[in-house]
Order: sequence, then C-alpha cells, then structure tokens
Amino acid sequence: MQVLNYKLMRDLWRLRGQVLAISLVIASGVAMLVMSLSTVESLSLTANTYYDRYRFADVFSSLERAPLRLKNRIADIPGVQSLQTRIVKVAVLDIEGFEEPVIGQLVSIPEKGEPLLNRLALREGRFVSASRVNEVVLSEPFADAHQLQIGDQLKAIINGNKRTLDIVGIALAPEFVYAIGPGALMPDEKRFGILWMGRKALASAYDLDGAFNDVSLSLLVNTEPNFVIKRLDQLTKDYGGIGAIARKDQISNWFLMNEIDQLRTMSVLLPSIFLTVAAFLTQMVLSRLIATERSEIGLFKAFGYTRLQVAWHYAKLVIVISVIGILLGWVVGTWLGRYQTELFAELYRFPFLYFRPSIATFAISALVTIAAALFGSMRAVYSAATLPPATAMIPPSPPIYKRSKNIFTQVFSWLDQPTRIIFRQISRWPIRSSLTSIGVAFAIAVLVMALQWFDAIDEIIKVYFFDAQHQDVTVGLTHAQNNDIVNELRHLPGVLNVEPSRIVNTEFHVSNRTHRGSIQGVLSNTVLTPVHDINRSELPINSGGLYLGSMLAEKLRVKAGDFVRVKILDDRRPELHIPVADIFETYIGMPAYINIHTLNRYMNEGKQVDFLNLLVDENYESELFAELKELPDVSAVALRKAALKKFNDTIAEMLIIYVTLFSGFGCALAFGLVYNSTRITLSERGRELATLRVLGFTRAEISYILLGEVGLLIALSLPIGCLFGYSLAWFMVNAFESELYRMALVIDSSTYGMAVIIALIATAVSAFLVRKKLDRLDLIKVLKTRE
Amino acid sequence: MKFNNNNESSNRENSQTTLSTKALSKIYQTGDVKVHALHDVDLSLYESELVVLLGASGSGKSTLVNIIGGLDIPTSGQVFFYEDELTAYNDHQLTMFRRENVGFVFQFYNLIPSLTALENVSLVTEISKNPMQPEEALSIVGLTERINHFPAQLSGGEQQRVAIARAIAKRPSILLCDEPTGALDSKTGVLVLDAIERVNQELGTTTVLITHNAVISDMADRVITLADGEIVSIDKNAHRSKPQELSW
Repeated sequence: MQVLNYKLMRDLWRLRGQVLAISLVIASGVAMLVMSLSTVESLSLTANTYYDRYRFADVFSSLERAPLRLKNRIADIPGVQSLQTRIVKVAVLDIEGFEEPVIGQLVSIPEKGEPLLNRLALREGRFVSASRVNEVVLSEPFADAHQLQIGDQLKAIINGNKRTLDIVGIALAPEFVYAIGPGALMPDEKRFGILWMGRKALASAYDLDGAFNDVSLSLLVNTEPNFVIKRLDQLTKDYGGIGAIARKDQISNWFLMNEIDQLRTMSVLLPSIFLTVAAFLTQMVLSRLIATERSEIGLFKAFGYTRLQVAWHYAKLVIVISVIGILLGWVVGTWLGRYQTELFAELYRFPFLYFRPSIATFAISALVTIAAALFGSMRAVYSAATLPPATAMIPPSPPIYKRSKNIFTQVFSWLDQPTRIIFRQISRWPIRSSLTSIGVAFAIAVLVMALQWFDAIDEIIKVYFFDAQHQDVTVGLTHAQNNDIVNELRHLPGVLNVEPSRIVNTEFHVSNRTHRGSIQGVLSNTVLTPVHDINRSELPINSGGLYLGSMLAEKLRVKAGDFVRVKILDDRRPELHIPVADIFETYIGMPAYINIHTLNRYMNEGKQVDFLNLLVDENYESELFAELKELPDVSAVALRKAALKKFNDTIAEMLIIYVTLFSGFGCALAFGLVYNSTRITLSERGRELATLRVLGFTRAEISYILLGEVGLLIALSLPIGCLFGYSLAWFMVNAFESELYRMALVIDSSTYGMAVIIALIATAVSAFLVRKKLDRLDLIKVLKTRE
Repeated sequence: MKFNNNNESSNRENSQTTLSTKALSKIYQTGDVKVHALHDVDLSLYESELVVLLGASGSGKSTLVNIIGGLDIPTSGQVFFYEDELTAYNDHQLTMFRRENVGFVFQFYNLIPSLTALENVSLVTEISKNPMQPEEALSIVGLTERINHFPAQLSGGEQQRVAIARAIAKRPSILLCDEPTGALDSKTGVLVLDAIERVNQELGTTTVLITHNAVISDMADRVITLADGEIVSIDKNAHRSKPQELSW
C-alpha cells in the first residue's frame, strides 16, 4: 500500500488546482458552521456565566408603590429563593454639550453591600456611599457614548427637581445587556442610559420611604415561574402591579435569546447548503477523475489489488481533500466566530467575553463534512472499485452521439462545426451539464440571498420609518394625562402639529393562546403616525375594533371579525372582549391599534393621553429640546431621525460584514465549480482540442469550444440561479421570522444583476486560468499517445 | 554527418521543391539527459511525390514529420516551404501554415467524436481558403455511403479514411501520414493506403508516409531510411507498386 500512498500524494499534487478549488468550497461550509456554532456557544456561555455570577433574577415585577412589609409575603411564595426590592424611575437628563433630551433609567442599589439580585459588574470607580445623595453609577455604554468619566457631573430632573449628579462609578448589569429605551428598536446609548443611585436617595426623591416599586425574584431550582408569577400578581394587584414577567420575557434577555436562536437557525441552514454543494462537487470531480484513471485502476486490479484497496485509495483522496477544507475552514471559522462574537458584544454588553469554541464544534464540522464528501463520492469510488480489470485497461469506446431530426435540425445546420461540438457535447452529457448549471445556480442563489438583505432593510426602513412615521419627535409621559397636554405642547417653540396616543399594557387571550404586549390608541385619521399596511397603505382607525399586525394575528390565530379577550395590565384592569376590525401587514413587532376614544371608553377614563407625536420645524429644534428637558413627567423622548440613523448604522455595519462574507462564499462556490468542470473537461478532451490545433485551429478557436461550452452552461444557470435565489430568500425570511421582526422579501432587479455579475467574474477568473493551461497544450504528446 | 542527395535532386529537376530542410537538428532535454532526435538532416521533398519514411522506433522519423508539419520547432537548422522559411514563423503563423498547407493523418485517427464523418471534414473546409466540398473529399476515400455516421459507428479503417478525407479536403500542399495503418489489419490497411495513393495521384499532393512496415515502401517514389536521427539511405523505386499488390 506504500506505493499507492505515493500515487495518492502525486495525484493530489497534479490535481492541486482542483483540490484547492474543492477545498475552498468545503472550507466555506466548515467556516460558516464553525463561525455560527462558536458564536452561539460563546454568547450562550458568556450570557449564562454572566447571569449566574451577577445573580440575574428569574422573575421581575413593576408596581406603583408597595410598603416594604409586602416583601415578607412575597418571600413566602413557595419556590422563591431570594428577592430584591428596588425603586426604578425614569428621568430626563441634561448632558453638557448634547442638545437633545436624554432619558435615564434610575435604578436603586443599596448604599451598603451589593444587591442580592441583578448585581452590578463594576468597571471603574466605586459604588455609591450612604452619606452622599447625589452620587451615581453610570452604565458603561452610556458613559462611553458621552465620554463621561468618574468625577464628571450631569444634570437630571428627578421628580420635577433639577439635580446635579456626581459620577462615582461605571458599571454593567445582567438585566441591561441590551439596554433599550422605551419604544426604541435598538439600544441608543447616546439617548438612553442607566443610572444606579442609592436606595435612600431615590426613596426620598420620589417620596418612597419605606416603600418600593419594583421587585425581582430568584427561584429555587425546578420552580415553574408561571406559578410564582400568578401568586406574585395577586400580592401586587392592590399596589398597582402591572403583572410580573419571567426571565424569558425580560426585555434585554428576550432580545439576546432571540439573537442566539437566530444564530442557531443560521448554523444549521447555511452550512448545510454549502456542504451539500461541496458533496456534489466532490462527486462530480471524482467520477470524472476516475474515468480518466480507468487504465490505472485496471492495472492495479490486474496486479491483484482488491476492490476494497482500490476503493480505499480513492476514498483517501476524498478524505485528504476534505481534511484540507476542514483545516482551512476551522482556522477561518474560528477567526470569523471570534470577530462575530466581538461584534455582538458591541450591541450586547458583557463585562467579559468567553470565546471558547468547544471541541464538539470542531468535531461536528469535521464529521459532517467528511460524511458529506464521502457520501457524495461513494458512487464514483464504487464504480472504480468494481470495474473489471480487462474492461478498465482498454480505453472507453468513443461516446455515441446521435443526430436528432426535429425542429432544431434546421437551426443546427446553420451552426459552424465548433458550435456543433459544443451543443453535441452538452446534449451527450445532459446530467453532467445540468449539474454544472445547477451548481453555479446555487452560487448565484447564495449571492442573491445575501445581497437581498440590503433591499430588505431598505424596504423595512421605508415602511417603518417613512410610511408609518411622519412625526419628528415622540414624547412619552410617566403617567397618562388629560388631553390638555396636547395644547400645551402645541405652544412649544417650533411645534407644527401634535397628535396624542395612548398605550396600555395588555395581555391578549384567544382560547389558550396568549400574548403579552400593548394596545396603542390613536386618532381615527392620524396624520403623523398612520397605521400602515405594507400592501394597502394607510388604514383609518375608525371602527370600535382592534387593528392587529399580521404577526400578532397569526400568533393568536384570529381573523377579522373574531373576538379577542383583552386583559388590561395597568391600574383598574377591566377585562374586555374586543372584535378584530382588520389585520395589517407589518415587518416590525406585533402592534395592536385601536381608536383612542374607544380605548378611553374601555378604560372608563376621560380623554387621557400618554404619548405625543410632534411635527417640528427643524429651525427651532434647539429651543424645543431645551423646553422638553424642563418638562416634568417625561419618560421618553424619541427622535425619528436619530432612531433611523442608529438603525442604519447598526444594521449597515452588520449587513456589510455578512454580505461580504456570503458573497465571498458564493464566489468560492462559483469559482470552485467552474474551475473544476472546465479543468476536467480539458483533461478529458485534451486530445480532441490538440487535434483541432493540429488541423489549423487557433488557440482562440479551441478556447471557444472549451469555454463556449462552459459559457453556455453558465448562461443557462443565470435565470435558474435567480429563481433559486428568490426561493432561498423566501426560505430565509420564513426561517428567521421572530416576534421582533420579519424580513421583507423584496429583491431589486439590480440585486439579481449584481449577483450575476459577481458570479460571472468568478467564472471569468477560472476560465482565464484554464485558458492558460489550454495555451500550453502539448500537441505532439497528446497525438502520439492513445487516450 | 550530412547525407549527400545532390545527384538525386538533379534527377527531379522538372519538379519543384515543396519543402526542404537545412542542417536540421532537434535535441530533447529531459533532466540531465540529452537526446539527439535529429542530427543535421538535409532533405528536399518535391511536388506530387510519395515518400516513405522508414526507421525503427526512436529513429527520429516522427520528429522530422512534426517539424516539417509545423507542429514542433527544431533546436537548430532551417525548414523552407517553397521560398518561405518555416523556422522563422511564430506560433500564429505556424497555425496558419497548418491550416492552409498541411494535412495530417495519425495512427489513432483523432476524429472528433461529437461530429459526423461529413462534419469532421467540414471542420477543416470551414476554415481553409480553397477547400473542396466535404462530400468530394469523402468520395475520394470511398466513403460516400457513410457520411452521416459518427466515429463510434465506423470501423477503424473507415475512421482512418475519414481522417484522410479531412486531411486532403483543404487541398494541402503536403500530406503527412504518421503510421496510418499501424492500428489496422492488413486488409483494411490496404484500403487506407489505396486512399492515400489516390490522393497523391489525383491531386498531386506531396505525401510523406511514416511507417516501420518495410512492405509499404514499395508504393513510394522514394524511400528514406532514418536511424539515430540521421538519414542513412535514400532509395528511389523504379516502379511504384499499387497498394493492392502489397500484403503483410
């Protein structure tokens, strides 16, 4: 067997171009698998360790105001391990040098010792001291965004009083991994930050001495959170509790887990595509390679090598190619995985990052790959091993071509001989030819899918930020107020129009399906925030029913006319049965709208509002911002322009990386396929092409025959690839649908064009390389030998 | 050593020289080993003559034919096609020379499997300046009946005759045949030789036939024998035998 190993090594060297091309495709699949798996593992491991070490709570509940003695009754709920009461409030901050109002979430921490739950990871400085009431610890991303340091000061309107706060520490916390402001789509660390203050300082500022308005619980192992939540809700009902939530619904954790889930989906989906193509590619290359090695196989068998030995020899070829791909994929995948994890760590803030891809990740990727490659090449190896030696040693009889008499015969007679060679070649090997076309189509599909993301994001931005939002500023109030506030705001500088809305936290029930969310009451003919359907444009909210986003309607499985049981979580909590008036298509979130007057009637309240949408003359922005900073009871200020910019920046950064990555992989695919099929065709037909050269055909003319065939197959693959691309995009949109968003399935024609151009370039490069080989064709050698 | 062929060139003074070589040498270098495939060969080929090149394997006959056919370039020496110096041609000029003036016939036919007999011939007629009709070329080699068959549907002798038709369809000045009967039995071989003979007679094409089968030399005007890269003898046949008279 020693000699066979030499042969193997020399074969690999001789075929190095093809070996490398297949390895690249395999490496792409492996790299993607390692990247996704290692990111998933790292983020999960980091999150879990963080949660454990800093005692992230299992249940969270907000309420209006409860006396401290309620604490003991909560602690008595079976399954509760420990609890932490807190004061959590929202304040408008004034940061020097930053014009816009900033929202700060104030969270109390004990002046002595660490909190029992939701501990802080102190990054710099110290915790607050008992003696000084104006000390704060700032969240790190917020401090970074404003370049605030220990010793700096910032102003805040706390319960209507302007206070100057001293920064003594900078920290991170497990409940604010994804620190998202009220009503925002993603964290904006410039406009939303966390401020931890001493418990006593906050209590006296908000008149909550001996009381609390927030409680977190940790549970004993194997305790069902829903059971505890039910008991907790009963206890907090009389204190303005709006219903507790489990860790999985806690906003920061929910976003993080959603992200990890999506990555997990991706780790299955995309590498599968690549490894399938790699398997198919090895099959294609190997079966044709073996065809050119027939006589050698015959010789081995004539010498007495067994089928198994011959099969193993070729299996080793596959394994070596796979191993090269795997090693390359491991290196690139690990690097990409680390890069991706670090990228996520900018959005999801952890005090530490564990990047430790497990051995299992590498093992899985290697096993899956070798299995796929061996499976793909099984047929070729088998046919090599079972070839009788006598048959193998004589050259294969010339392939039989047929002349077909049909409508094409006439067209065919107009073609010159080289073109006829091309057509006959393709029709003689229809399966091989279509496999090449399909392979390249796959590559184009991957490119279309990747590039489509730009179109999808553009569409989402258009619908979400432009079609459905015409306001410039949204102001949120800490409590619902009388409609008079609308007129007050109308008189602020630069305000051109004001429209109120009312948001109430609700639970939707339809038979045993529930969804916790909110209902937004809007004016029937709202101009600033129209309820926008992707396909039908604006809907008037003029009936007494609910207008549900399609994702919510799907979750609850309701259609227009059905009734939804709505439990209001705020204050008085009437339970309502409201008909569904209409369902509209959305990309983001699970919104539910209702006419604001209907909502107020349901709530048994007068004209109450808690969100105000403002149309603003931008020349007066500074004056308006200054006034807003002074307003009491403001819980949120959101600027559409800033939100859009943040969305664009964050998404664009991620997208460019992914699109580049996938385009690279798509190119590797196209290149690997085209190079291999052309290269093999060249070795199969070198004799024929050399003959043509001898007969007086120029290099360009024989290149036409070889590359014309490939060109024709690629031309066929272009429309198929675009079709595949659309299907793949459709598949991805469905696979990635979450409660948070649904990707838009919009593919611009320029996206198809771009994918096609990239694939053509990859093809041109491989054609160029083969053309160089063609130029070096040894005419005499080819003619003197018998195939 | 130079072989003196002056006296015999004077015998043919009424025929023009189609192709001539001067001090032609070819050295193949493989690693440290130098092989003198041709050594100082001087040779002239005349219009419409049929020359048989005889020699053992490795004597240099294929190398000689490859060089005069524009497939290979010599290490030193010159080749003239009429007055033009072939050895000064670049790759493209050599391609054009082959396209217009040289017909090749090989031992293993080298037909394009995806083209029919007729199309294999048309392959050449489409790119040359003054070709005959492909059907005409095929009728010269006696294959009128099977013009629409693919190579896989033809016998070895038939395939070789298609190759000859393909080689002559361009009306080449020189027809070079490298062991055209090497893969064929004697009976089929005679048919192929007959086709070559007809081409030579009817079209007046200068024909060079490589063989190591001495019997075939009886059909030649001249028989040139090579050994170790040098011409060792040039014999003129007083009488050319008909291929049908040959057997081996």
